[in-house]
Amino acid sequence: MEPTQPKVLVVDDEPNIIMSLDFLIRKEGYQLFIARNGKEALEIAQTEKPDLVVLDIMMPDIDGYEVCKRIKSDENLKHTKVIFLSAKSRESDIQKGLNQGGDLYVTKPFSTRNLMKEIKIFLNQKA
Amino acid sequence: MNKALIISLFLGYLAVLFLVALLLEKNNKLRKKIVHNPYVYSLTLAVYCSAWTFFGSVGMAANNVLEYATVYLGPTIMAPLFWVVLRKMIRISKIQNIISFTDFISSRYGKSLSLGRIAAICLALGIIPYIALQIKAIDLVFETIQFWGDTESTAGSSWLDSGFFFTLIIGIFIILFTTRKTIPQGKNDSLVGAVAFESVVKLIAFVAVGIFVFMQTDQTNTGNLSTWVEGASFQLNDNNSYAEWFGMIFLSGVAFLLLPRQFEMAVVENVSEKQINKAIWFVPLYLLIINFFVMPIAISGNHLLSGFTVDPDMYVLAIPLALDNSFISSVAVVGGFAAASGMVMVSTHALSKMLSNSVIMPYVINKPFIAKSFENHSQKIPIFFRRVSIFLVLVLAFLYHQISTELFSLVSIGLVSFVAVAQFAPLMVGAMFWKLGNCHGAIAGLLSGYVIWFFHLVVPSIAVLDIYPESFVHWTILGGASSQTSAITQVLFWSLLVNSLVYVFTSLFTQQTAIERNQAEIFVDVFRYSKIYESSVVWKGTAYFPDIKSLLERFLGAQQAETELAYFSKKHNIKWKANSKADGKLVTFAEKQLTSVIGSASAKIMVASVVKEERIGLKDVVNILKESQELLRFNKELTRKSSELKRATDALKRANQKLQANDELKDEFLYTVTHEMRTPLTSIRALSEILVDNGAELPEDMQTQYTTTILKESERMSRLISQVLDLENFESGKHKLQLDHLNMVELLEDCLTSMQPVFEKKGIEVSLDIQKTVPTVMGDYDRLTQVVLNLLSNAAKFVPEKSASIKLTAYQVEHKIQVNVRDNGKGISKELQRVIFDKFFQARNQTIRKPKGSGLGLAISKKIVQLHEGQIWVDSEPGKGARFSFTIPLNTRF
Repeated sequence: MEPTQPKVLVVDDEPNIIMSLDFLIRKEGYQLFIARNGKEALEIAQTEKPDLVVLDIMMPDIDGYEVCKRIKSDENLKHTKVIFLSAKSRESDIQKGLNQGGDLYVTKPFSTRNLMKEIKIFLNQKA
Repeated sequence: MNKALIISLFLGYLAVLFLVALLLEKNNKLRKKIVHNPYVYSLTLAVYCSAWTFFGSVGMAANNVLEYATVYLGPTIMAPLFWVVLRKMIRISKIQNIISFTDFISSRYGKSLSLGRIAAICLALGIIPYIALQIKAIDLVFETIQFWGDTESTAGSSWLDSGFFFTLIIGIFIILFTTRKTIPQGKNDSLVGAVAFESVVKLIAFVAVGIFVFMQTDQTNTGNLSTWVEGASFQLNDNNSYAEWFGMIFLSGVAFLLLPRQFEMAVVENVSEKQINKAIWFVPLYLLIINFFVMPIAISGNHLLSGFTVDPDMYVLAIPLALDNSFISSVAVVGGFAAASGMVMVSTHALSKMLSNSVIMPYVINKPFIAKSFENHSQKIPIFFRRVSIFLVLVLAFLYHQISTELFSLVSIGLVSFVAVAQFAPLMVGAMFWKLGNCHGAIAGLLSGYVIWFFHLVVPSIAVLDIYPESFVHWTILGGASSQTSAITQVLFWSLLVNSLVYVFTSLFTQQTAIERNQAEIFVDVFRYSKIYESSVVWKGTAYFPDIKSLLERFLGAQQAETELAYFSKKHNIKWKANSKADGKLVTFAEKQLTSVIGSASAKIMVASVVKEERIGLKDVVNILKESQELLRFNKELTRKSSELKRATDALKRANQKLQANDELKDEFLYTVTHEMRTPLTSIRALSEILVDNGAELPEDMQTQYTTTILKESERMSRLISQVLDLENFESGKHKLQLDHLNMVELLEDCLTSMQPVFEKKGIEVSLDIQKTVPTVMGDYDRLTQVVLNLLSNAAKFVPEKSASIKLTAYQVEHKIQVNVRDNGKGISKELQRVIFDKFFQARNQTIRKPKGSGLGLAISKKIVQLHEGQIWVDSEPGKGARFSFTIPLNTRF
């Protein structure tokens, strides 16, 4: 793979989600990184500097909002796009996610087609 | 001692008195202090002790008549009642601005003009002889002085000079004292000071004479006091002494409160009800002291002066004169002056006020010629008529003195006056304690009592003057009276009996007027009404503010009127425009203000002249009275009601909050459920989409993995749905427990058996430790199985892949069976332990994630255990596994 290929970090503790996103993201030719909790996500973000993060909110340690906030306030990561992918579907949850600097908020259950479309748009913009 | 010295003593004394008054008038601070002092107040009540006390008591005692003591025992016994009676009189007078005894009576009985008039005239009839008595005492003083050695003037002087002189001087003095200005609240502070001063002077003088007698008698060669006392024999009148004593005590007790001079000092001049507290004991003490030396002086006089023709009434003065001590003689003279002038001053002041307010002014106040002659000086009208009345009272007293005082001793005239005043007792008691007493009854009772009094006590004295045939005297009930005291008590008894009966029955058989009903209510229940007086007066009619204002200005003066109206406006928060109508409150207020200046009768007339009053039916009054009575009760009720309301509101608020909370819980639950469903649904949707979109590209094994996952997640969905329904059914009570005698050992073994395939598959080592002897419990087999299976499958989910173990134990603890499921998984954090059984867990803890797949299983288990009246909990430390336990009570009776 080309080193210039965009990097995508998927953060979720649900194996089925990872299983499906794994296939779809690789299929598009992006580099995929997987984190199963907030702490792991921040570590990978620091080292790999992904172009885009698909972020769950409810996680055992650091929640997705906090992860997003830290990524967005990090000088090295400020260009990283964040897509929340969460079962939390209240208007207030969505608003909170966007206020923390999230670029998009997708509620579960989600359409893989639409999600991938959005991911491509973000990554193409970057390119 | 000579007449010139006496006259200069007299004038000197009056000058001192005047200076006292002047000092008080100039020095505001001192005046306030004096007037508010309860001892000063008590001293002013001692105006009761007149010249009759100062000279007459000794006279009576000298004649072996001990009944003189009753005159002082009466008030002493009555004193404790001051708190009930006097306080009520004061309170009523204060709220109604009453400034005289007749105002008091006529106010109570419907502001009746005729009752006020009759009462004033009756009192004048009763009191003027009493004033005359004081003049007589002064006359006697002069005579006694002349008898002892003022030889040069015996030829030229006559008794007429001294009495006339005294009356004239006192008259001028009273006019100076009491009518220099109208006094708004009817209070005359300098009068209070002067009267208190006089009380001190007469007490000191009498005690001085007493001590002098004690000290001097031993030095005379005719014997000494102690031997005389041994020889003296005092006897009570044998015939009817108990009744007489009682009658006399009652009479003086009543007189102490109802005599115009007493009412004036005790009620009108009172500034604080608290003063009564001191008066209750101080007045009796004063009376005791002033009577202490009566007996010694009387006994000494009888012995020392036996050779002379001296009236025993004058022993107090004659003894020092006979012993030739001019200093003590002068002291005695000054004391006599003080006693006489104090009584005359206050009585004349009170009587003149009644006569001008109740008799003269109501006739003339509204006459055009009066308005014309006073034009812009309406304030001077009351002063003018007050002066006229003073003059009238003193002239009548002097004339009476000239005609008849020769015939009586000092004491008897006093007692006759007492009986006259006592005629007011029934209507006064009724005024304050009986709401049904009315004006007709008061007039009828008073007049009937006075008729009896007049024909049995007054006529006999005139009869001796040959105006009536002597047989007339014997025709009366006094024909057989054995003594003066007996005559007094008999007349007292019969007159009061007839008076009371006539008053009561006339009241019962005649109608009260509307105002009367109103006033009766306020008088009798004064302590309840004092705060709401102005609004508890019933009044209907039309009046205009400017009229009321100009009326007040006429009699109070512009400045005073302004002040009073400003006060009223502030109190009731009312502002008037030029042509505002005045309401009942203002009219009542204005009438009250005028009452203090011109008396209630005239005030009523003046107010009526500017007000178009409507007749009020008795029914209205009763209704409004009820209202204002109920207003007070209502207030209490209202407070109670509003606190009740507050409680109800609070309860409602709480209920509402609970409802809202329930609503929120419902929302949360729904949210939780949908949230739980989102997870499997998400997997199903995502995976199926991938399968549909990329079916061809996917390797076969991945396709199989995807479809298997979809299937598993669909099962998870179905399980979740049935769990939700279960929980809902438990909570709504649709699911009932199917109770049976359960053997827990069997139940647990069945569960293990059904889980065996899972355990084997995962390679979990299962151990079982069950106390075989546990008794059976009452429970639902299927539901409890559900609980155990839930716990076991949870455990199976969280045990580590290697060396996994689950331990199932059960034993009896007290009256419960406890079941434990222990795993060696990663454990549960404290934070999670708290919420793990909570069905709303997800929603409330927005970002802490419940372990996957737990769903609602624990929430349902908790519900089932609770339905069995047991408990469920978890013990765990992160990294050290978890132990879920539940208990089922053994003796539960469902």
